[in-house]
Amino acid sequence: MSHLGYMFAGYTVVIIGLLLYVRRMVSRLREVDEELHELRRRLGEAGPHR
Amino acid sequence: MRGMEWFGALASAALVAVLYVALLVAPEAVGEGAVQRILYIHAPSAFAAYGCIFVAAGASAVYLWKRSPAADRLAASAAEVGVLMCTFVLVTGSIWGRARWNAWWTPDPRLTLMLILWAIYVSYVLLRAFGGDDEEIAPYAAVVAIAGVLAIPAIRVSSRLMRGIHPSVIAPRDGGTGLADPYMRLALWGGAVAMLLVAAWLVTVRTRLERVEREVRAVRRAADAAEGVV
Amino acid sequence: MRAVLAIVRKDLLIEWRTRETVVTTAVLGILLVTVLAVAHDPTPAAAPALVAPVVWAAVVFTGLLGVERGFLLEREQDCLGGLRGAPIDPTALYVAKLLVNVLLLSVTQAVVVPLTGLFLRVDLWHAVPSLVVVLFLGTVGFAAVATLFAFVTVRLRTRQVMLPLLVLPLLMPLLIAAVKATEAVLGPGLGTARDAVGVLVSFDVIFVTAGLLLFPAIIRD
Repeated sequence: MSHLGYMFAGYTVVIIGLLLYVRRMVSRLREVDEELHELRRRLGEAGPHR
Repeated sequence: MRGMEWFGALASAALVAVLYVALLVAPEAVGEGAVQRILYIHAPSAFAAYGCIFVAAGASAVYLWKRSPAADRLAASAAEVGVLMCTFVLVTGSIWGRARWNAWWTPDPRLTLMLILWAIYVSYVLLRAFGGDDEEIAPYAAVVAIAGVLAIPAIRVSSRLMRGIHPSVIAPRDGGTGLADPYMRLALWGGAVAMLLVAAWLVTVRTRLERVEREVRAVRRAADAAEGVV
Repeated sequence: MRAVLAIVRKDLLIEWRTRETVVTTAVLGILLVTVLAVAHDPTPAAAPALVAPVVWAAVVFTGLLGVERGFLLEREQDCLGGLRGAPIDPTALYVAKLLVNVLLLSVTQAVVVPLTGLFLRVDLWHAVPSLVVVLFLGTVGFAAVATLFAFVTVRLRTRQVMLPLLVLPLLMPLLIAAVKATEAVLGPGLGTARDAVGVLVSFDVIFVTAGLLLFPAIIRD
């Protein structure tokens, strides 16, 4: 790999790393939102039965 | 969330701007080839890594003192982002070493320090992941974060004890002899600011995520209890 | 500080009666040294260079195992609850465990180090006083960190893996300095190891202090 190749490899690693991390956080936020909805539903159902 | 989105946009813009300067505007260092430009993402990542590590340790200290859950969440997030930044430093440093001296690892004291810190904060992340309940493991994780920072002076000195450092192997960091060209300095210090902004944004988002996740876990426990043991 | 002595006495008494820790860790240390010496099978010229790393590898390996037991004892029948209830300063507990660990580790080293010299056919006698100093400094630093984190990990199911995982990165500077100092002691003499010994001493000071300050913060729960 030429010098330029190595340089691009270095920058690519960092940028892709950052993007992957952000993506993971976004999907975790989404999952947690869904779980919150599901929990609200469950608590709504549990309520009247008490 | 609007503020966070603006923050993220700002951080990204700063990063893009720095990349432009680093890749296109700054002149090539004499005799080192294009790969020298890796410095402009390698050193800034190191700045960001240290920033995260110190925030994690500071927040951990506050947690041990005040038992504030917010401080704990901040510590956990900062440590995680710190590991990410350390990884960047190590990988870019390794690539640079390979390109310049045909060695995937160089016995540079600063790189050794970064490697050990990476290991310490990885162990922090693992402890949080496998240590069970968040609130229970928090003080113990805090000890790890603080110990990591306390170890830095010792690591720095002892790394220099190793293998009598061969001068030519030490890669110039902030330009040992000083970066001559103002655009090079701009790329470097601008890069540091940009990466710090990026890290700060990541930590902020991650801290919010941590708060929501913990709350949801607590609600889930309550829901399980309300429905009886299911 | 009477509390410290009381706890130290208790632990040492238990150890004296059962001898479980010293014997098992010493045997393990011997095995490790044997394996390393045999596997490498160094020439007489190369052997001296191996002494320092082998000794410290053995110290770390046996140390991690030995230090675990310190708090494991307390977990049985919830002695820890009893200790917390008693009007004992938590720092006393830390100091006591630290002292016990340093003592037990030193006993193990007294067996393992001469044996290393034997296997590698290196004469260690001329360096004994300096060697003892270096071993002591290294052991104190090791025990300071390991004792603190033994308490952290004793509650985990994964403690056997988590303890080395947490402790080894933090101990790296200590180990580097200890090996350098040991090499100097066996070669030119302690004088040349000034930097290394400096690292050992400052590591000890920093981490014993850290242990004293942090231990009470985590025993509160």
